[in-house]
Amino acid sequence: MLIASAGEKILFPTSLRALPQVNQPIPGFQASDGATEVKTTTCYMCACRCGIRVTVRDGEVRYIDGNPAHPLNKGVICAKGAAGIMKQNSPARLTRPLKRKAGSERGAGEFEPISWDEALATIEQRLAKLRSTDPKKFALFTGRDQMQALTGLFARQFGTPNYAAHGGFCSVNMAAGMIYTIGGSFWEFGGPDLDRAKLFVMLGTAEDHHSNPLKIAISKFKRDGGRFISINPVRTGYSAVADEWVPIKPGTDGALLMALCHELVREGLYDRDFLARYTNAGYLVNLDAASNEFGLMVCDAEDVVKNPFRRHSQLWWDRHSKRTVVNHTEGADPALTGEYRLADGTPVKPAFELLRERLRDSTPEWAAAITGIPAEKIRGLAREIGIAARDHKITLPIAWTDSWGRKHDSVTGNPVAFHAMRGLAAHSNGFQTVRTLSILMSLLGTIDRPGGFRHKAPFPRSTPPVYARNPNKPEAVKPDMPLDGAALGFPGRPDDLFVNADGSPVRIDKAFSWEYPLAIHGMMHNVITNAWRGDPYPIDTLMLFMANMAWNSSMNTSEARRMLNDKNADGEYKIPFLIVCDAFESETTAFADLILPDTTYLERYDTMSMLDRPISEFDGPCDSVRVPVVEPKGECRPFQEVIVELASRLKFPAFTKPDGTRKFTGYKDFIVNFETEPGSGQGFLIGWRGKDGSKSLVGEPNPDQWEMYAKNNCVYHHKMPEEHQWMRNWNQGYHEWAQKMKLRKFPDPVVIQIYCEVLQKFRLAAEGRGPDTRRPPEAQRERVHKYFDPLPFYYAPLEAQATDLETYPLNAVTQRPMAMYHSWDSQNAWLRQIHSHNYLYVNPRTAGAQGITDGGWMWVESMHGKVRCMCRYSEAVEPGTVWTWNAIGKSKGAWALSADANESQRGFLLNHLISEELPLQDGARYSNSDPITGQAGWYDVRVNIRAALADEAEVAMPQFTAPARTAGGAS
Amino acid sequence: MNPAWSVIFLTTLIGAGQGLFMALFGVDIAVRLGALAVVPAQYFVTGSAVSFALLIGGLAASFLHLGHPERAWRAMAMWRTSWLSREVIVLPAFMAAVAAYGYAQATNLSCAVWIGAAGVLLCLALFLCTAMIYICLKFLQEWHTPLTFVNFLLLGTASGVLLAAVLATAVSSALAVALAVIAGFATALAALTRGLSLLRNAQLRPKSTLQSAVGIAHPKIAQKAQGAMGGSFNTREFFHGRTVAVVCAVKWIFLLGVFAVPLVLIGVTLASGALQWLAIAFGVQYAGLLAERWFFFAQARHPQNLYYQAIS
Amino acid sequence: MTQLALVIDLNVCVGCHACATSCKEWNSGGGAGPLTDQNPYGKDPSGTFFNRVQTYEVGEFPATETVHFPKSCLHCEDPPCVPVCPTGASYKRAEDGIVLVDYDKCIGCKYCAWACPYGAREIDEQQQVMKKCTLCVDRIYDTQLPESERKPACVMACPTNARLFGDVHDPESNVSLAIRERGGYALMPEWETKPANQYLPRKPNPAVAAGSNPAPVDPRSIDGAYTPAPSSAAKS
Repeated sequence: MLIASAGEKILFPTSLRALPQVNQPIPGFQASDGATEVKTTTCYMCACRCGIRVTVRDGEVRYIDGNPAHPLNKGVICAKGAAGIMKQNSPARLTRPLKRKAGSERGAGEFEPISWDEALATIEQRLAKLRSTDPKKFALFTGRDQMQALTGLFARQFGTPNYAAHGGFCSVNMAAGMIYTIGGSFWEFGGPDLDRAKLFVMLGTAEDHHSNPLKIAISKFKRDGGRFISINPVRTGYSAVADEWVPIKPGTDGALLMALCHELVREGLYDRDFLARYTNAGYLVNLDAASNEFGLMVCDAEDVVKNPFRRHSQLWWDRHSKRTVVNHTEGADPALTGEYRLADGTPVKPAFELLRERLRDSTPEWAAAITGIPAEKIRGLAREIGIAARDHKITLPIAWTDSWGRKHDSVTGNPVAFHAMRGLAAHSNGFQTVRTLSILMSLLGTIDRPGGFRHKAPFPRSTPPVYARNPNKPEAVKPDMPLDGAALGFPGRPDDLFVNADGSPVRIDKAFSWEYPLAIHGMMHNVITNAWRGDPYPIDTLMLFMANMAWNSSMNTSEARRMLNDKNADGEYKIPFLIVCDAFESETTAFADLILPDTTYLERYDTMSMLDRPISEFDGPCDSVRVPVVEPKGECRPFQEVIVELASRLKFPAFTKPDGTRKFTGYKDFIVNFETEPGSGQGFLIGWRGKDGSKSLVGEPNPDQWEMYAKNNCVYHHKMPEEHQWMRNWNQGYHEWAQKMKLRKFPDPVVIQIYCEVLQKFRLAAEGRGPDTRRPPEAQRERVHKYFDPLPFYYAPLEAQATDLETYPLNAVTQRPMAMYHSWDSQNAWLRQIHSHNYLYVNPRTAGAQGITDGGWMWVESMHGKVRCMCRYSEAVEPGTVWTWNAIGKSKGAWALSADANESQRGFLLNHLISEELPLQDGARYSNSDPITGQAGWYDVRVNIRAALADEAEVAMPQFTAPARTAGGAS
Repeated sequence: MNPAWSVIFLTTLIGAGQGLFMALFGVDIAVRLGALAVVPAQYFVTGSAVSFALLIGGLAASFLHLGHPERAWRAMAMWRTSWLSREVIVLPAFMAAVAAYGYAQATNLSCAVWIGAAGVLLCLALFLCTAMIYICLKFLQEWHTPLTFVNFLLLGTASGVLLAAVLATAVSSALAVALAVIAGFATALAALTRGLSLLRNAQLRPKSTLQSAVGIAHPKIAQKAQGAMGGSFNTREFFHGRTVAVVCAVKWIFLLGVFAVPLVLIGVTLASGALQWLAIAFGVQYAGLLAERWFFFAQARHPQNLYYQAIS
Repeated sequence: MTQLALVIDLNVCVGCHACATSCKEWNSGGGAGPLTDQNPYGKDPSGTFFNRVQTYEVGEFPATETVHFPKSCLHCEDPPCVPVCPTGASYKRAEDGIVLVDYDKCIGCKYCAWACPYGAREIDEQQQVMKKCTLCVDRIYDTQLPESERKPACVMACPTNARLFGDVHDPESNVSLAIRERGGYALMPEWETKPANQYLPRKPNPAVAAGSNPAPVDPRSIDGAYTPAPSSAAKS
């Protein structure tokens, strides 16, 4: 074979003498070579999902390159994508179902191979019993998967509320903060329009979603003369090519954004026309302190129902007629400032006025003290942003009609684009920070406009979206019944919370409870702790897919390992049964009772579904598939197939015919024939629907759909007409089409929530009033009241509030290097040569003050734990922050690496310094998470550093006992 | 550079072999000119054999340096451009001359002197080729000086003549003493030129800087990553990985071993007439030469090293 | 005469290592392969790469630049590695200026690596022959590939298009143009190796000019005074 398995002894007698002469074909990758074949599919070395071409010869992968015909990556590929070939060869591949050896401890990694029949029967039996008794006892949590539409359906059909993916510790604040404000988000759901922007501002680490498209866009943007400002504690990643780097202290972006808004408002550098027409800035807010509706928008009595979940008859104060009118009354123009009284005497103010008041004290000087950015710099930034938006307008001659019937003959853009992701999100103040960013972008008038932020289908959706409704009462969970509602949804008011009558959480992770009301992605980071503690209740079976909870996917790694192995007095594990499905022997598989060997992305069918996280482009919906290009290794079976198989065996309604027989033969059949409702025409894939494949987005199932995808680069891209591509929050034509295509339930405008009524409803409930019936328990009352502020505000991250900052003065953050971000197998033989271990990056002044040398061993300590590692001086990190590459360090012996591998001996995991819970305060126990969304605050930890002593061993700490090799189960 | 033992042995062994041969031929000429008493042919035969053995040893060491020794013959191809290729041609030619000279002496052929003369020319050519391999690499500034040739020549001569003196102890103490004196002078001269190269190298300013290496004109540039963390050919071949103190110690070891101790021992020999000291002197000097050659490589700072300073 | 080369744009390289592994992947299976690895799953993994991305920090906080710096063979016009090769294994192609190694002639003496000031050559520890960037000579002339793909694998892969490929002797080529317009430079010019590959420096881009088209109306004037007396508003 030509491709050497790493280290394999192969002598390949080749000669460059034999190289082709000019214009001579070469031997090698040629179709004429009979057995050689080039197939297209979709990459899964990270969450980016580029189109790839895979050259296969004699059943083996020989070459992977980017597919030039793919809209997402246009032929480029990243370091991981090109190293995908080594994924197939990894010795860590699991190849047979494995059962923990009787009598062996979890974590010891002692397994015996079993058949799939036995494995599936074991699960079926266990789950059937749980489903018919208490479905909550089964929890399914998945990691970096891209099949949440399927796993979510499985959980819902099972009837358990205890389901989520890893979004809770990833970037849920980004999703929630933006979706609740502008009806869309960065992530795969929207992004900066760098084709037209003139100024691009990136906040925090934001490299690892949609990475290749963003790299393509940034490069083109810079070549076209665009200016790129990066605001980040660390200058690496894309910040490296920024024209200006503005160092900031971690977790303080909210203060900076507040000050920028303050300056824009103070200087009049906001887009008034945009605010007036497209946001709720002019909507009048009831300020009658005695009213049950205090702080809510005042509505016209005769509401026109465009959406049963959203009112649309809020009032303006028309500055021409000087009276109240229903918003968007033709000829009226709302006053954005001032204070008014309704006819009944109710005092009201436009939302913008409230925002302006809120911003009054958020001066650059105030923010400078928090962020470490000089006030003058903040002022300069605000001016640069505001003037670029105001004075470099773009007009595209595209006619469109807005939601209120006004025809526009062009689309205007204010070419300032932003991007942010985890850097803002992974703080316990992230929701409000992201909301502030959304408001800043709205003040500048840059939402779904040229050069600003652009949505991607299925977004924009209403704020909050109504397509997914989570259950809101405990009766939603019933034996042998599907869950009444989707396990994950978007609460719009206190009555949408999923709580028991006493206000206690129904979900194991406490998402959608009063503690974390808008936890729209669940809270995977608390599942093990909660289940172990039996708070709110113990569970029986925990099924994990692609989630490394015994290592870098837990905030409290050492504790999580202990909890997984902890037993009750009766000798039973506190979490009695743990099923792990993974393609690789990870740190977590060692703790499993049952291991299901997954395939790699090159060995299976898969969908990037519009029901889930599609790969849409700005100009239209886009989804894609994976098709197997090689046979599964050993007995590996795709998790998709396992899910469909179990769902069929357990006779879930959606997977069973009326006669009780199974409805789908397997995943492939399921994808083709599943419809969201019988006859809805809406399924997992939008391309080539209809019996003959002539329809798109909506249409009857097409039996040849997979083949049509396979023939067309495995991707379907529906390009919308130009008049549907912009202003989609308020684009009537788009909304009508989107409703027909089932991208939206209702065609109502998605008005930007400068002032967030949803939050105010929670605050009212905390005050014991408001339109909702639910009230927070006493213990949560103050917390809900404080953080559910309808106007943006900055507060120090909760962990910082609970830390003795004199003892632990430094921030510690992580990010993943580009060659490994979102990568599931960073033990990859080629990639690990680039990053075999990690250093802690410390500003030389900070390190020098502690006597730590460049390259020297040191200790980092937080109030939760300590880590020994090596130091690397860096001038590219602000002195109050230390940071490292995440998830490079591995546990000894995991991932089939040798016991002396650099990853475990010199690499380290910062998670050992982090806790999944905040210190007990007045007996109250809270997750170390955003109090609104439950986003894990894993960028909040505070640390100190000191030099290791000269006589200490030069080995990273902590160390763990290496498990027995499990992957061995090679067939 | 990371000193390769194969090359250290190659250059020191053939250097001694070359010096020995030149000494033999010198004695031969001196005898023929009547400057010295007749020396038994056995001396020349033995000497040639020892020289040949040293050259074989050097050649063997050089094979150990190759990834594909079985293809070594190919190295003769590029004599028009490559000093290494030239060395590969001249070394066997010289070995042939040494063998022929020994044979001629053993069989008392009259052409021995002409063979010897040709041998000396080849010997000098070999010194030149060997030295030019290093001198021609202009960016290895420590090597890029005529002193490299002078040192190779003088150090080879000193050690070879000293060995010739050792061999002479078996046939004529007068010859041994005479050769020891010459070896002493050669050693002293080599000390001078080697000292000069040390002085020169201590004052070298590297022409390449991190600024020129990456093309960024800023006084403060620091590498953070080199694209590989587990080491690479670039880190293994061009870094000796020893501390400054070790390198400095090696320097003093070779200064003592190559120059000071042998000179003292030669002095002791001359003063005491105890010729057995000469063998010890040669042993010490050869060991010193190993250190000298190690230092020669270790001291050379390859500009590529600018690209391989840090990992993270 | 043609001189093919890469021009690396440091203004847009984000240091993603795509070029490094794409190169490794193509050349593991192409005419110059395999590129073997040592200790791939053990301590200090190491292997043959033709191209590596390095990182440098320039300046002091807060005026720090982070520069990602891909480095491969520069295909010098006067390559010091070629004449020193005793076997002729190292050669520069007359027709396109690519510097190559004939593995069958290479004896693994490493002298060419010593003779390269850039550290562009790596011995394959398993095969014991010297290896280096071939500019994907086994791709760029392959008429079975579409014209647009007859480029080195690293160039095809690069997400930021930071790697330009072309003939630096053709003054109208994309690479010549980029070198001229962007001030392309060679590494270690002091050794007069005349590297064919060049680098494009960072390009300063100061703040967007203000006020070129000032807004006609200050939004604050539309909404009038910020705090109108409540009484006046209440009249209506």
